[in-house]
Amino acid sequence: MSVYFKYLLIHFKSQMQYRTSFWLLSLGQFFIPFSVFAGLYFLFERFGQIKGWGFFEVALCFAVIHMAFSISECFARGFDSFSDLIIKGDFDRVLVRPRSTFVQVLGSKFEFTRAGRLLQSVMVLIWALSSLPIEWTITKIATLVLMMTSGVFIFTGIYMLAATMCFWTVQGLEVANIFTDGGREMAQYPLNIYHKWVARFFTYVIPFGTVNYLPLQYILGKTQGSDLMYMVTPALGSLFILPCFFVWQFGVRHYRSTGS
Amino acid sequence: MKVYLSVLKLRLSMGMQYRTAALAGVATQFFWGFIMIMVFEAFYEHASSTPPISLKELIQYIWLQQAFLVFVMMWFRDNELFDLITSGNISYELCRPNGLYGFWYAKLLAQRLSSAILRCFPILIIAYFLPDPYNLELPHSNTAFLLFVSALLLGLLLLVSISMFLYISVFVTLSPMGSLLVFGVLSEFFAGLIIPVPLMPDWLQQIANVLPFRWTADFPFRVYSGHIPEHEAAIGILVQLSYLIVLIWLGRKALNGVLKKVVVQGG
Repeated sequence: MSVYFKYLLIHFKSQMQYRTSFWLLSLGQFFIPFSVFAGLYFLFERFGQIKGWGFFEVALCFAVIHMAFSISECFARGFDSFSDLIIKGDFDRVLVRPRSTFVQVLGSKFEFTRAGRLLQSVMVLIWALSSLPIEWTITKIATLVLMMTSGVFIFTGIYMLAATMCFWTVQGLEVANIFTDGGREMAQYPLNIYHKWVARFFTYVIPFGTVNYLPLQYILGKTQGSDLMYMVTPALGSLFILPCFFVWQFGVRHYRSTGS
Repeated sequence: MKVYLSVLKLRLSMGMQYRTAALAGVATQFFWGFIMIMVFEAFYEHASSTPPISLKELIQYIWLQQAFLVFVMMWFRDNELFDLITSGNISYELCRPNGLYGFWYAKLLAQRLSSAILRCFPILIIAYFLPDPYNLELPHSNTAFLLFVSALLLGLLLLVSISMFLYISVFVTLSPMGSLLVFGVLSEFFAGLIIPVPLMPDWLQQIANVLPFRWTADFPFRVYSGHIPEHEAAIGILVQLSYLIVLIWLGRKALNGVLKKVVVQGG
């Protein structure tokens, strides 16, 4: 663990050497989701609601998923750009060190400029929370925090799966973007607005539903039956990372160096 | 002219090499298209007033957008050109006995064209055979189709002339990220990639009408679905043409301006 924080610190310092570039990139990261959010706002201005969900309810959903995405993009960037390590043969060096491959790959790259994106979603979150008539209880706050952490775990899991594929394909696969960028784009609306099969796939296979739709119902007081079920779903969703972890270990054992 | 044509041809065959990448792109765009359609379907289901564009027209719009995404995306860029400018290798380009503007224009045009040729047909064909509400229909008349094709091609020329400014700006800023971002976000939004232009509020539509971005992508797609009637489409094409002439003229001037001041620091 201490190795991980060392990595973190070193990368932070090195990115801070190019301070102007850092600020500009962060600013840019702020504006990309901002335009998406503006689009969302204008759609609600015209249509009023989407399958019974109001603007601020969807905004809450948007904020949670974008926060999870930006955090995981910042900290799991090493897995996202893992194909570079394979192509250059740098993974050989990772293997000879007496630390776990997971920590080393995780620490091989950070994108601190995602802070801009995070800031944008935090602003949306604050706006949405202050406009929604929610009676806050400790369990609801806990659920909200759980939603975000579970989102981070799921995105990281997908990055890991995509990285594992690189062991066989060497080149990174663009198809993985369907589940990261596409998943983000999709999960910014509550899942029940989509067709049943889409909602099911993204609840049981890749559990985005446990990040936004199910616990969101609990927070907004739209649940029927036991609240506990809705509350713990994010925790169940975080379990997604476990199989990803095993798949990663399996992939590492099958690694063959490109030799360059 | 012959030089530019051969640059175009060379780049086209280079772009065709990346078939697997194109296939992956097609899968992504399908997913994207489906999500967008489903979101709009959900919005339309309980719409209190009739929206300014019907769901059917919107679906055509979205599929065309996905099929011709490289005709719209400013993010689709040539890093080689950026490197030329920042590393000083631009001096080699300046030694060539032809104008830089035309040379780069042909290069960029060919990149977009080759990538679109690889990607658009699979998307168009599959989208055509999808079950009823989601399918891509044939254009509603022959004239509409002809107008669509010419509007699309003019839109492409227009987009390349806009993107030339991106490369020109790097001569001044020396880092592509800033300009890429400004151009990328603006063009994406005002070309109707995030929400279709007809669904924007009126004041925003007025802004979109003045900017050139809408004429690159939004306009041809609406001609296809018949949302823009034929006589209006003819006028629109004239607008595209005048934009194109003005932008190319400005671009040449700007490029010549920055080239006069260009400093190559060894290397």
